Amino acid sequence: MQWTLLAEKLFGLDHGISAQDDFLSGTVQFEGAALTVIGTTNHAPIGVEMALKQARRVLDTLAQHPGRAILLLIDTQGQLLRRRDELLGINRAMAHLGCCIDLARRRGHRVIGLVYDQALSGGFITSGLIADACYALPEAEIRVMRIPAMARVTKIAEERLAELSQTNPVFAPGVQNYVAMGGVQAVWKHDLQAGLRSALRDAPTTDRRSRDGQSRGGRALAYAVAQQVLAA
Amino acid sequence: MSTSFAECSARQRVGLMLDAGSFQEWLPPSARVMSPHLAQLGVPSAFDDGVVIGQGLLQGQRVFMAAQEGEFMGGGVGEVHGAKLVGLLQRALRDQPAAVLLLAESGGVRLHEANAGLIAVSEVMRALLDVRHAGIPVIVLIGGANGCFGGMGIVARCADHIVMSDAARLAMSGPEVIEASSGVEEFDARDRALVWRTTGGKHRYLTGDCDVLVDDDVQAFRAAAIDALAQSRAITLDSLEREHRLLARRFHEAPEGADAAALWSQLGVVDALQVPDLDAPAIRGLRGALAASLAN
Repeated sequence: MQWTLLAEKLFGLDHGISAQDDFLSGTVQFEGAALTVIGTTNHAPIGVEMALKQARRVLDTLAQHPGRAILLLIDTQGQLLRRRDELLGINRAMAHLGCCIDLARRRGHRVIGLVYDQALSGGFITSGLIADACYALPEAEIRVMRIPAMARVTKIAEERLAELSQTNPVFAPGVQNYVAMGGVQAVWKHDLQAGLRSALRDAPTTDRRSRDGQSRGGRALAYAVAQQVLAA
Repeated sequence: MSTSFAECSARQRVGLMLDAGSFQEWLPPSARVMSPHLAQLGVPSAFDDGVVIGQGLLQGQRVFMAAQEGEFMGGGVGEVHGAKLVGLLQRALRDQPAAVLLLAESGGVRLHEANAGLIAVSEVMRALLDVRHAGIPVIVLIGGANGCFGGMGIVARCADHIVMSDAARLAMSGPEVIEASSGVEEFDARDRALVWRTTGGKHRYLTGDCDVLVDDDVQAFRAAAIDALAQSRAITLDSLEREHRLLARRFHEAPEGADAAALWSQLGVVDALQVPDLDAPAIRGLRGALAASLAN
């Protein structure tokens, strides 16, 4: 879905979100409360600059609007693959963004992630995956790599991977697989406003994704193994 | 006689870093807590899924420790591997050791179980930040041949302290990935000198991306870990504002292009072209003069 259409569906025509190149930001009103919106569009690659732009908005919200909820609108192809960004410490900039979002949560801001188009790898770890909870639209795509690329890297036949992915969500892209593994809390299917309303009200503030992954049958071991460590 | 950290296995590193005989492993290989996904793919599994976790003494103080085994799937994080790290961090929150030491050696998410690995890395990140916010220092030590990349490169930068050897690398995407995606003129992955100038321990130390630079010697890593004990660094709005200023200034003021020596010169290194030839003590000597430009 185009971000403009998404913004209109969620917040009406005068939503208050603007795009500066691939960076989205704004303050919106939702059912009587102000929300900070931070996001990316056009499958933006996340480099040092984009990570810092997002972090700046999080820090401004923390400083100027204590307690205000933050909505992360996610559409990224992953981290920017440039030598200059590596030289300048792209991992440090992304960790900084993650630490800013994490501090917002600790200070009582609700932080909701929404994958409205595409979420990949590094671009996702320091956005939706470090929010209180991450949601997705049904047509969104979430992945580390597609099956053909995974077949090349792992040297396992594409047909075999496709077959295994029918029953094991760790092997293939897809929103439903991420729901099953607990990485995505829920899919917003029809009424987007209802989705956001319930997310702001019900999103867990502690990390319960491994438990969800177990109860939903998508990640059988993550929770159990951590429990074993606690009991060892 | 020094022992190369890079040449040791993860389990050897743990044994040599801690007070002799003090390490107690949790979920050891005999417990055979293994990846079900690798088995499904017919790929050889490891009895510890490539990570050693447990507790021991560091100069008499109880610490928790994890060590990733780079020889197994490049230290890649899968479901079980990640869950062992998360469990260790959750247990640290409960049991309050003096510190958590993470001997990171990883290519990031294990691609054979990529979706689970990606979520696992983010769970490690959140659990690590819980420990850090509780005032228990998390010390990341990087000295393996595989470096610390991908999601683990982000996790490392969430810790209180990073110790690296000059043989180590810390970054996001590996040079091969960048070359494959953007061409050899963007990043020649076979140019080892270029790779180390861009991601190696000396570079990370001169820019302040790591806190301590040591020789490739297990005892030097141990000494650096002891020094970092009891030095928790709180994450506050102020500390994040300082970090932001530093990173923004670095980004806006960095010389054009992607040349490490130009960046070192700008930081105040007088003879930047000499840096690759200097040993760790000489590099440590340089950083004192750079303190002003690294202050955040």
